[in-house]
Amino acid sequence: MTASDAHRAIDAVWRIESARVIAGLARIVRDVGLAEELAQDALVAALEQWPAEGVPRNPGAWLMATGRRRAIDLIRREQNLRRKVEILGHELDPDGAAPEVEDPQEISDDLLRLVFVSCHPVLSTEARVALTLRLLGGLTTDEIARAFLASESTIAQRIVRAKKTLAKAEVPFEVPGRDELPARLSSVLEVVYLVFNEGYSATAGDDWLRPSLCNEALRLGRVLAGLAPAEPEVHGLVALMEIQASRSAARVGADGKPVLLLEQDRGRWDQLLIRRGLAALAKAEELGGAGGPYALQAAIAACHGRAREADDTDWGRIADLYKTLGEVMPSPIVELNRAVAVSMAEGPAAGLELVDALGAEPALKSYHLLPSVRGDFLAKLGRLPEARAEFEKAASLTRNERERTLLLERAEGCG
Amino acid sequence: MRFMAIIKATPDTEAGVLPTETQLNEMGKFNAELVKAGVLLAGEGLHSSSKGARVKFEGEKRTVVDGPFAETKELIAGFWLLDVKSIDEAIEWVKRVPNFDDGESEIEIRRVFEAEDFGPAFTPEARAAEAALREQIGG
Repeated sequence: MTASDAHRAIDAVWRIESARVIAGLARIVRDVGLAEELAQDALVAALEQWPAEGVPRNPGAWLMATGRRRAIDLIRREQNLRRKVEILGHELDPDGAAPEVEDPQEISDDLLRLVFVSCHPVLSTEARVALTLRLLGGLTTDEIARAFLASESTIAQRIVRAKKTLAKAEVPFEVPGRDELPARLSSVLEVVYLVFNEGYSATAGDDWLRPSLCNEALRLGRVLAGLAPAEPEVHGLVALMEIQASRSAARVGADGKPVLLLEQDRGRWDQLLIRRGLAALAKAEELGGAGGPYALQAAIAACHGRAREADDTDWGRIADLYKTLGEVMPSPIVELNRAVAVSMAEGPAAGLELVDALGAEPALKSYHLLPSVRGDFLAKLGRLPEARAEFEKAASLTRNERERTLLLERAEGCG
Repeated sequence: MRFMAIIKATPDTEAGVLPTETQLNEMGKFNAELVKAGVLLAGEGLHSSSKGARVKFEGEKRTVVDGPFAETKELIAGFWLLDVKSIDEAIEWVKRVPNFDDGESEIEIRRVFEAEDFGPAFTPEARAAEAALREQIGG
């Protein structure tokens, strides 16, 4: 095996094993930051030894055992040896040799703890995202930096600070209790969906690592669904991401311009991802989670995913789903989307009524889509001078050059 | 990136020898690992070629040949469709497939084309035709 073969194999092993190794070490040292450093030490040892000795038969166990030995060395060197050894008492036998065979349930539990700690509310959202990708995705600082269009030192500092914050706040390495769980879980899901959307918003010409964030998020979501299979919103989020990702090839035209949902070539939608999404949605619903915000958004995406052609879309159902979504997650943007769905189901007059009710909404005051949608309804109703004014207003509010051109063209078309 | 790990047939798979309970359990555990890691998109095992057929093409001519087929090593017995970061990761997963056979067997790893790999040659018409097909098979 050449050195470069070994390095490629080590990269792959790290990708597969790093989260489990870090999680297992965190259970021993009770400090996620320290656990990550120990795991990195084990990786360095692998880089030194594997090229000469070959990749061990069970590389994950090798990394874990090496990390463990480092943990024990470190603890022995520390002055408060006795206290720590007491803490460790249940983990290690008197010789310091730890059991080699891991119980799969224990590994899952450790991973779930690692997820919750990485997404702990004591950290800023940015820090949660960076730490999650680093600890659970096995991404390097450089990869995270490139994906988020930040400098490597910014991300490195963010991760260092996050680890310090966790240590200082003495965040326990555990899954939150029943009372805390819903809020803590939604913090985890938020991080995963944020990573997904960052990847989804990548444009042509971006570093390929940006769109690959969608895959990272999907993978994290799928992992999470395995770790917390009884949580309906986890399946709801997975469903939403699978269905949205199914459209990624159709979202950009040959000229690199974005293509709107209803104008997309549905032949480019990935049917495998749609089916996976529908299955995840069914699971969320089976678990009684049909009313969760992610499950509802997934159900809306599923209405599009099921429609063979844009004309087959069940707009009545989409309008109903937006209504329910607006009740569990009140937002003027959801309401605006509902207005569009209602207009598709019942005609522009019904949509206009809803949009007019939103007119005074301060959150939408400078949101170009409000006048743009209103202009569209007015144009369809033949109220052209009013429509023109709305399109012009929308054009003055958007920051996107392409969109402005489009809106001004529509204004022009109103005569 | 998507990779297909293609399990090549062996005399056993071609003879229709069913896996034992232990073997099924081992394979089940491995599949569960793939699912837990979030990398398994799909996977199936195939019956022996004696239950299959081939359609041969020669210009407009079509000839149907029923199985079984002789060249065992060239036949396939199943596949996994993996969603991973690199071929190295796919290789690392495939190395972990439990092996029950003392004889020689093989799993081949191939990268799956994705729409963007075709570039402009994949015209809207071709896409539409493919779409219609997928709808038929996918339902």
